[in-house]
Amino acid sequence: MRDPSGREDIPMERQGTGTQFVLMFAMCMVTWFVFSGRYDVFHLVLGMISSLIVTWASGDLLSPNRKISMRCAMTISWRMAVYLIWLVIEVVKANIHVFKLALSPNVRDRIEPSIVTFKTVLKTDLAKFVLANSITLTPGTVTIKIEDGVFVVHAIDTSAAEGLQEQMERRVAHIFSEIES
Amino acid sequence: MNMFLIVIGLLLFVLMTAILYRVAKGPTVIDRIVAANMMGTKTTVLLVIIGTIFGRVDMFVDFALTYALLNFIGSIAASRFFQWKRLKSHGEKDII
Amino acid sequence: MNILAMITISLGVVFFFGATLGLLRFPDFYSRVHAAGKGDTLSSLLMLFGLGILVLENAHFIDVLTFIKIMMICVFIFVTSPTTTHALTDAGYSAGVKPWQKDDEETES
Repeated sequence: MRDPSGREDIPMERQGTGTQFVLMFAMCMVTWFVFSGRYDVFHLVLGMISSLIVTWASGDLLSPNRKISMRCAMTISWRMAVYLIWLVIEVVKANIHVFKLALSPNVRDRIEPSIVTFKTVLKTDLAKFVLANSITLTPGTVTIKIEDGVFVVHAIDTSAAEGLQEQMERRVAHIFSEIES
Repeated sequence: MNMFLIVIGLLLFVLMTAILYRVAKGPTVIDRIVAANMMGTKTTVLLVIIGTIFGRVDMFVDFALTYALLNFIGSIAASRFFQWKRLKSHGEKDII
Repeated sequence: MNILAMITISLGVVFFFGATLGLLRFPDFYSRVHAAGKGDTLSSLLMLFGLGILVLENAHFIDVLTFIKIMMICVFIFVTSPTTTHALTDAGYSAGVKPWQKDDEETES
Protein backbone atom coordinates (compact mmCIF):
# COMPACT_ATOMS: atom_id res chain seq x y z
CA MET A 1 0.00 0.00 0.00
CA ARG A 2 1.43 3.32 -0.98
CA ASP A 3 1.03 6.40 1.12
CA PRO A 4 -0.94 8.99 -0.87
CA SER A 5 0.74 12.04 0.59
CA GLY A 6 4.28 10.76 0.21
CA ARG A 7 5.50 12.26 3.49
CA GLU A 8 8.42 10.88 5.46
CA ASP A 9 7.05 11.33 8.96
CA ILE A 10 4.72 8.37 8.72
CA PRO A 11 5.93 5.33 10.66
CA MET A 12 6.43 2.06 8.90
CA GLU A 13 3.74 0.02 10.57
CA ARG A 14 0.27 1.09 9.64
CA GLN A 15 -2.14 0.89 12.49
CA GLY A 16 -5.82 1.60 12.42
CA THR A 17 -9.12 0.27 13.48
CA GLY A 18 -11.49 -1.09 10.90
CA THR A 19 -13.76 1.95 11.03
CA GLN A 20 -12.32 3.87 8.15
CA PHE A 21 -12.31 0.76 5.99
CA VAL A 22 -15.97 0.14 6.80
CA LEU A 23 -16.80 3.75 5.93
CA MET A 24 -14.89 3.59 2.67
CA PHE A 25 -16.59 0.32 1.74
CA ALA A 26 -20.01 1.84 2.48
CA MET A 27 -19.22 4.87 0.34
CA CYS A 28 -18.09 2.67 -2.55
CA MET A 29 -21.20 0.51 -2.31
CA VAL A 30 -23.53 3.54 -2.28
CA THR A 31 -21.76 4.92 -5.35
CA TRP A 32 -22.16 1.55 -7.04
CA PHE A 33 -25.87 1.42 -6.20
CA VAL A 34 -26.47 4.86 -7.65
CA PHE A 35 -24.44 4.47 -10.80
CA SER A 36 -25.14 0.91 -11.86
CA GLY A 37 -28.94 1.06 -11.72
CA ARG A 38 -29.26 -2.75 -11.84
CA TYR A 39 -30.07 -4.69 -8.72
CA ASP A 40 -29.76 -8.38 -9.54
CA VAL A 41 -27.39 -10.71 -7.71
CA PHE A 42 -24.72 -10.75 -10.42
CA HIS A 43 -24.25 -6.98 -10.48
CA LEU A 44 -24.35 -6.68 -6.70
CA VAL A 45 -21.59 -9.29 -6.38
CA LEU A 46 -19.53 -7.45 -8.99
CA GLY A 47 -20.00 -4.22 -7.06
CA MET A 48 -18.99 -5.86 -3.82
CA ILE A 49 -15.80 -7.23 -5.38
CA SER A 50 -14.84 -3.84 -6.84
CA SER A 51 -15.60 -2.07 -3.56
CA LEU A 52 -13.44 -4.54 -1.68
CA ILE A 53 -10.55 -3.98 -4.07
CA VAL A 54 -10.84 -0.19 -3.75
CA THR A 55 -11.11 -0.45 0.04
CA TRP A 56 -8.06 -2.67 0.22
CA ALA A 57 -6.03 -0.36 -2.00
CA SER A 58 -6.97 3.03 -0.58
CA GLY A 59 -9.14 2.54 2.46
CA ASP A 60 -7.08 4.80 4.70
CA LEU A 61 -7.00 7.65 2.22
CA LEU A 62 -8.96 10.12 4.34
CA SER A 63 -7.09 9.70 7.60
CA PRO A 64 -3.73 8.05 6.98
CA ASN A 65 -2.13 6.46 10.00
CA ARG A 66 -4.64 7.72 12.53
CA LYS A 67 -7.20 5.73 14.44
CA ILE A 68 -10.69 7.13 14.31
CA SER A 69 -13.67 5.66 16.00
CA MET A 70 -17.16 5.53 14.52
CA ARG A 71 -18.43 8.19 16.92
CA CYS A 72 -15.57 10.49 16.02
CA ALA A 73 -16.26 10.03 12.30
CA MET A 74 -19.92 10.86 12.85
CA THR A 75 -18.99 14.01 14.80
CA ILE A 76 -16.64 15.13 12.03
CA SER A 77 -19.29 14.55 9.38
CA TRP A 78 -21.86 16.53 11.33
CA ARG A 79 -19.50 19.45 11.92
CA MET A 80 -18.51 19.30 8.26
CA ALA A 81 -22.16 19.64 7.24
CA VAL A 82 -22.59 22.71 9.48
CA TYR A 83 -19.38 24.15 8.08
CA LEU A 84 -20.56 23.54 4.49
CA ILE A 85 -23.65 25.67 5.07
CA TRP A 86 -21.47 28.55 6.28
CA LEU A 87 -19.15 27.97 3.30
CA VAL A 88 -21.98 28.14 0.75
CA ILE A 89 -23.03 31.53 2.14
CA GLU A 90 -19.41 32.70 1.81
CA VAL A 91 -19.28 31.43 -1.79
CA VAL A 92 -22.37 33.46 -2.67
CA LYS A 93 -20.78 36.55 -1.07
CA ALA A 94 -17.57 35.91 -3.01
CA ASN A 95 -19.46 35.70 -6.28
CA ILE A 96 -21.31 38.94 -5.63
CA HIS A 97 -17.92 40.52 -4.88
CA VAL A 98 -16.42 39.25 -8.15
CA PHE A 99 -19.55 40.28 -10.05
CA LYS A 100 -19.35 43.85 -8.71
CA LEU A 101 -15.65 44.05 -9.52
CA ALA A 102 -16.15 42.74 -13.04
CA LEU A 103 -18.96 45.17 -13.76
CA SER A 104 -17.23 48.23 -12.35
CA PRO A 105 -16.08 50.52 -15.16
CA ASN A 106 -12.53 50.95 -13.86
CA VAL A 107 -11.27 47.55 -12.72
CA ARG A 108 -7.66 48.64 -12.39
CA ASP A 109 -8.52 51.29 -9.80
CA ARG A 110 -10.69 48.99 -7.74
CA ILE A 111 -8.29 46.13 -7.14
CA GLU A 112 -5.08 46.21 -5.12
CA PRO A 113 -3.42 42.79 -5.33
CA SER A 114 -1.13 41.66 -2.56
CA ILE A 115 0.42 38.37 -1.51
CA VAL A 116 0.00 37.34 2.12
CA THR A 117 1.91 34.56 3.88
CA PHE A 118 0.86 32.90 7.11
CA LYS A 119 1.66 29.74 9.02
CA THR A 120 -1.08 27.37 9.98
CA VAL A 121 -1.46 25.31 13.13
CA LEU A 122 -3.30 22.50 11.33
CA LYS A 123 -1.42 19.24 11.06
CA THR A 124 -3.29 16.69 8.97
CA ASP A 125 -3.35 16.89 5.20
CA LEU A 126 -7.13 16.67 5.09
CA ALA A 127 -7.51 19.71 7.34
CA LYS A 128 -5.04 21.67 5.23
CA PHE A 129 -6.92 20.68 2.10
CA VAL A 130 -10.22 21.88 3.54
CA LEU A 131 -8.65 25.15 4.69
CA ALA A 132 -7.02 25.77 1.29
CA ASN A 133 -10.25 25.12 -0.60
CA SER A 134 -12.18 27.35 1.80
CA ILE A 135 -9.69 30.17 1.32
CA THR A 136 -10.07 29.83 -2.43
CA LEU A 137 -13.84 29.98 -2.20
CA THR A 138 -14.20 32.92 0.21
CA PRO A 139 -14.31 36.52 -1.03
CA GLY A 140 -11.13 38.07 -2.33
CA THR A 141 -8.56 35.38 -1.59
CA VAL A 142 -6.99 32.48 -3.52
CA THR A 143 -4.52 29.96 -2.13
CA ILE A 144 -1.37 29.90 -4.22
CA LYS A 145 0.86 27.45 -2.41
CA ILE A 146 1.12 25.28 0.68
CA GLU A 147 4.61 24.31 1.72
CA ASP A 148 5.28 22.74 5.14
CA GLY A 149 2.24 24.38 6.67
CA VAL A 150 2.98 27.84 5.25
CA PHE A 151 0.14 29.18 3.15
CA VAL A 152 0.83 31.70 0.40
CA VAL A 153 -2.41 33.55 -0.34
CA HIS A 154 -3.19 36.05 -3.08
CA ALA A 155 -5.63 38.74 -1.97
CA ILE A 156 -7.38 40.86 -4.55
CA ASP A 157 -7.72 43.87 -2.27
CA THR A 158 -6.05 44.57 1.04
CA SER A 159 -9.23 44.56 3.10
CA ALA A 160 -9.98 40.97 2.06
CA ALA A 161 -6.79 39.62 3.60
CA GLU A 162 -7.39 40.96 7.09
CA GLY A 163 -8.49 38.65 9.84
CA LEU A 164 -10.35 36.13 7.73
CA GLN A 165 -7.69 33.46 7.92
CA GLU A 166 -7.68 33.27 11.71
CA GLN A 167 -11.43 32.91 11.86
CA MET A 168 -11.52 30.27 9.16
CA GLU A 169 -8.58 28.40 10.65
CA ARG A 170 -10.40 28.25 13.99
CA ARG A 171 -13.47 26.82 12.29
CA VAL A 172 -11.49 24.16 10.43
CA ALA A 173 -9.52 23.28 13.57
CA HIS A 174 -12.82 22.88 15.39
CA ILE A 175 -14.04 20.37 12.80
CA PHE A 176 -10.97 18.18 13.02
CA SER A 177 -10.27 18.66 16.72
CA GLU A 178 -10.65 14.93 17.42
CA ILE A 179 -7.95 13.74 15.07
CA GLU A 180 -5.67 16.76 15.42
CA SER A 181 -4.96 16.23 19.10
CA MET B 1 -39.96 24.79 -20.40
CA ASN B 2 -38.06 23.46 -23.41
CA MET B 3 -37.89 26.94 -24.90
CA PHE B 4 -36.42 28.27 -21.66
CA LEU B 5 -33.77 25.55 -21.62
CA ILE B 6 -32.86 26.17 -25.27
CA VAL B 7 -32.41 29.87 -24.53
CA ILE B 8 -30.24 29.05 -21.50
CA GLY B 9 -28.15 26.66 -23.57
CA LEU B 10 -27.63 29.29 -26.26
CA LEU B 11 -26.63 31.85 -23.63
CA LEU B 12 -24.12 29.40 -22.18
CA PHE B 13 -22.78 28.78 -25.66
CA VAL B 14 -22.31 32.50 -26.32
CA LEU B 15 -20.54 33.00 -22.98
CA MET B 16 -18.28 30.02 -23.68
CA THR B 17 -17.36 31.57 -27.01
CA ALA B 18 -16.40 34.69 -25.07
CA ILE B 19 -14.11 32.56 -22.90
CA LEU B 20 -12.58 31.20 -26.09
CA TYR B 21 -11.19 34.68 -26.63
CA ARG B 22 -9.11 34.28 -23.47
CA VAL B 23 -8.01 30.83 -24.59
CA ALA B 24 -6.84 32.22 -27.90
CA LYS B 25 -5.22 35.40 -26.61
CA GLY B 26 -4.13 34.75 -23.02
CA PRO B 27 -0.63 36.09 -22.42
CA THR B 28 0.62 33.01 -20.56
CA VAL B 29 -0.03 29.33 -21.08
CA ILE B 30 -1.52 28.97 -17.60
CA ASP B 31 -4.11 31.62 -18.50
CA ARG B 32 -5.21 29.50 -21.41
CA ILE B 33 -5.47 26.39 -19.25
CA VAL B 34 -7.58 28.20 -16.63
CA ALA B 35 -9.96 29.41 -19.33
CA ALA B 36 -10.12 25.99 -20.96
CA ASN B 37 -10.85 24.40 -17.59
CA MET B 38 -13.72 26.84 -17.09
CA MET B 39 -15.10 25.92 -20.51
CA GLY B 40 -14.88 22.25 -19.57
CA THR B 41 -16.89 22.74 -16.41
CA LYS B 42 -19.55 24.57 -18.36
CA THR B 43 -19.61 21.80 -20.93
CA THR B 44 -20.62 19.49 -18.10
CA VAL B 45 -23.61 21.70 -17.37
CA LEU B 46 -24.40 22.05 -21.07
CA LEU B 47 -24.49 18.27 -21.47
CA VAL B 48 -27.09 17.98 -18.70
CA ILE B 49 -29.12 20.77 -20.32
CA ILE B 50 -29.02 18.99 -23.69
CA GLY B 51 -30.12 15.79 -21.99
CA THR B 52 -33.08 17.57 -20.40
CA ILE B 53 -34.10 19.02 -23.77
CA PHE B 54 -33.94 15.60 -25.41
CA GLY B 55 -35.71 13.94 -22.49
CA ARG B 56 -32.84 11.50 -21.90
CA VAL B 57 -31.20 12.93 -18.77
CA ASP B 58 -30.51 9.46 -17.38
CA MET B 59 -28.16 8.83 -20.29
CA PHE B 60 -26.57 12.25 -20.62
CA VAL B 61 -25.81 12.58 -16.92
CA ASP B 62 -23.25 9.79 -17.24
CA PHE B 63 -21.54 11.64 -20.09
CA ALA B 64 -21.53 14.77 -17.95
CA LEU B 65 -19.91 12.97 -15.03
CA THR B 66 -17.26 11.45 -17.29
CA TYR B 67 -16.56 14.86 -18.77
CA ALA B 68 -16.17 16.39 -15.31
CA LEU B 69 -13.70 13.66 -14.32
CA LEU B 70 -11.67 14.04 -17.52
CA ASN B 71 -11.63 17.81 -17.17
CA PHE B 72 -10.29 17.60 -13.62
CA ILE B 73 -7.62 15.06 -14.47
CA GLY B 74 -6.60 16.98 -17.58
CA SER B 75 -6.15 20.23 -15.71
CA ILE B 76 -4.20 18.60 -12.90
CA ALA B 77 -1.96 16.83 -15.40
CA ALA B 78 -1.33 20.06 -17.29
CA SER B 79 -0.41 21.97 -14.14
CA ARG B 80 1.91 19.18 -12.95
CA PHE B 81 3.51 19.06 -16.37
CA PHE B 82 4.33 22.76 -16.35
CA GLN B 83 5.75 22.58 -12.84
CA TRP B 84 7.89 19.65 -13.85
CA LYS B 85 9.09 21.48 -16.96
CA ARG B 86 10.00 24.49 -14.85
CA LEU B 87 11.98 22.30 -12.47
CA LYS B 88 13.82 20.60 -15.32
CA SER B 89 15.04 23.73 -17.06
CA HIS B 90 16.12 26.68 -15.00
CA GLY B 91 15.53 29.32 -17.64
CA GLU B 92 13.14 32.15 -16.81
CA LYS B 93 11.28 32.47 -20.06
CA ASP B 94 10.44 28.92 -20.99
CA ILE B 95 6.75 28.97 -20.12
CA ILE B 96 5.70 32.58 -20.27
CA MET C 1 -41.25 23.87 -8.45
CA ASN C 2 -40.69 24.91 -12.06
CA ILE C 3 -40.40 28.53 -11.00
CA LEU C 4 -37.73 27.66 -8.43
CA ALA C 5 -35.75 25.75 -11.05
CA MET C 6 -36.02 28.62 -13.53
CA ILE C 7 -34.85 31.13 -10.93
CA THR C 8 -31.89 28.97 -9.93
CA ILE C 9 -30.77 28.32 -13.51
CA SER C 10 -31.09 32.00 -14.42
CA LEU C 11 -29.05 33.01 -11.35
CA GLY C 12 -26.39 30.52 -12.43
CA VAL C 13 -26.23 32.12 -15.88
CA VAL C 14 -25.96 35.58 -14.30
CA PHE C 15 -23.03 34.52 -12.10
CA PHE C 16 -21.41 32.80 -15.05
CA PHE C 17 -21.74 36.07 -16.97
CA GLY C 18 -19.96 37.85 -14.11
CA ALA C 19 -17.19 35.26 -14.08
CA THR C 20 -16.72 35.49 -17.85
CA LEU C 21 -16.58 39.28 -17.69
CA GLY C 22 -14.04 39.05 -14.91
CA LEU C 23 -11.96 36.55 -16.85
CA LEU C 24 -11.90 38.87 -19.83
CA ARG C 25 -11.36 42.18 -18.04
CA PHE C 26 -9.11 41.57 -15.05
CA PRO C 27 -5.54 42.77 -15.54
CA ASP C 28 -3.36 39.83 -14.51
CA PHE C 29 -3.29 36.08 -14.13
CA TYR C 30 -3.98 35.96 -10.39
CA SER C 31 -7.08 38.14 -10.48
CA ARG C 32 -8.39 36.15 -13.44
CA VAL C 33 -8.02 33.06 -11.32
CA HIS C 34 -10.22 34.74 -8.71
CA ALA C 35 -12.99 35.15 -11.26
CA ALA C 36 -12.54 31.69 -12.73
CA GLY C 37 -12.39 29.73 -9.48
CA LYS C 38 -15.28 31.35 -7.68
CA GLY C 39 -17.68 32.10 -10.50
CA ASP C 40 -17.21 28.71 -12.07
CA THR C 41 -18.02 26.79 -8.89
CA LEU C 42 -21.15 28.64 -7.86
CA SER C 43 -22.68 28.98 -11.33
CA SER C 44 -22.20 25.29 -12.09
CA LEU C 45 -23.69 24.33 -8.75
CA LEU C 46 -26.73 26.57 -9.22
CA MET C 47 -27.43 25.38 -12.74
CA LEU C 48 -27.00 21.70 -11.90
CA PHE C 49 -29.23 22.11 -8.85
CA GLY C 50 -31.96 23.73 -10.95
CA LEU C 51 -31.73 20.97 -13.55
CA GLY C 52 -31.94 18.40 -10.77
CA ILE C 53 -35.17 19.97 -9.53
CA LEU C 54 -36.51 19.84 -13.09
CA VAL C 55 -35.65 16.16 -13.36
CA LEU C 56 -37.24 15.37 -10.03
CA GLU C 57 -40.71 16.61 -10.93
CA ASN C 58 -41.91 13.23 -12.29
CA ALA C 59 -40.66 11.36 -9.19
CA HIS C 60 -40.29 7.95 -10.76
CA PHE C 61 -37.55 5.75 -9.37
CA ILE C 62 -35.25 6.37 -12.35
CA ASP C 63 -35.71 10.12 -11.97
CA VAL C 64 -34.75 10.00 -8.30
CA LEU C 65 -31.64 8.07 -9.33
CA THR C 66 -30.80 10.70 -11.94
CA PHE C 67 -31.32 13.42 -9.34
CA ILE C 68 -28.83 11.70 -7.02
CA LYS C 69 -26.37 11.42 -9.90
CA ILE C 70 -26.68 15.14 -10.63
CA MET C 71 -26.11 15.89 -6.96
CA MET C 72 -22.98 13.72 -7.10
CA ILE C 73 -21.72 15.81 -10.00
CA CYS C 74 -22.42 18.86 -7.80
CA VAL C 75 -20.34 17.45 -4.94
CA PHE C 76 -17.58 16.50 -7.34
CA ILE C 77 -17.43 19.97 -8.87
CA PHE C 78 -17.57 21.59 -5.42
CA VAL C 79 -14.52 19.61 -4.33
CA THR C 80 -12.47 19.62 -7.52
CA SER C 81 -12.99 23.13 -8.86
CA PRO C 82 -11.05 24.89 -6.05
CA THR C 83 -8.45 22.12 -6.20
CA THR C 84 -7.90 22.66 -9.92
CA THR C 85 -7.71 26.41 -9.37
CA HIS C 86 -5.14 25.91 -6.65
CA ALA C 87 -3.04 23.54 -8.76
CA LEU C 88 -3.02 25.89 -11.74
CA THR C 89 -2.21 28.92 -9.58
CA ASP C 90 0.62 26.97 -7.98
CA ALA C 91 1.97 26.08 -11.42
CA GLY C 92 1.78 29.71 -12.50
CA TYR C 93 3.45 30.91 -9.30
CA SER C 94 6.32 28.48 -9.56
CA ALA C 95 6.66 29.31 -13.25
CA GLY C 96 7.31 32.88 -12.17
CA VAL C 97 4.24 34.79 -13.34
CA LYS C 98 4.57 38.23 -11.78
CA PRO C 99 1.52 39.64 -9.99
CA TRP C 100 0.20 42.88 -11.38
CA GLN C 101 0.83 45.86 -9.12
CA LYS C 102 -0.96 49.15 -9.15
CA ASP C 103 2.07 51.27 -9.94
CA ASP C 104 3.41 49.56 -13.05
CA GLU C 105 1.72 51.32 -15.86
CA GLU C 106 2.48 49.03 -18.77
CA THR C 107 -1.14 48.10 -19.41
CA GLU C 108 -0.74 44.93 -21.39
CA SER C 109 -3.47 42.50 -20.63
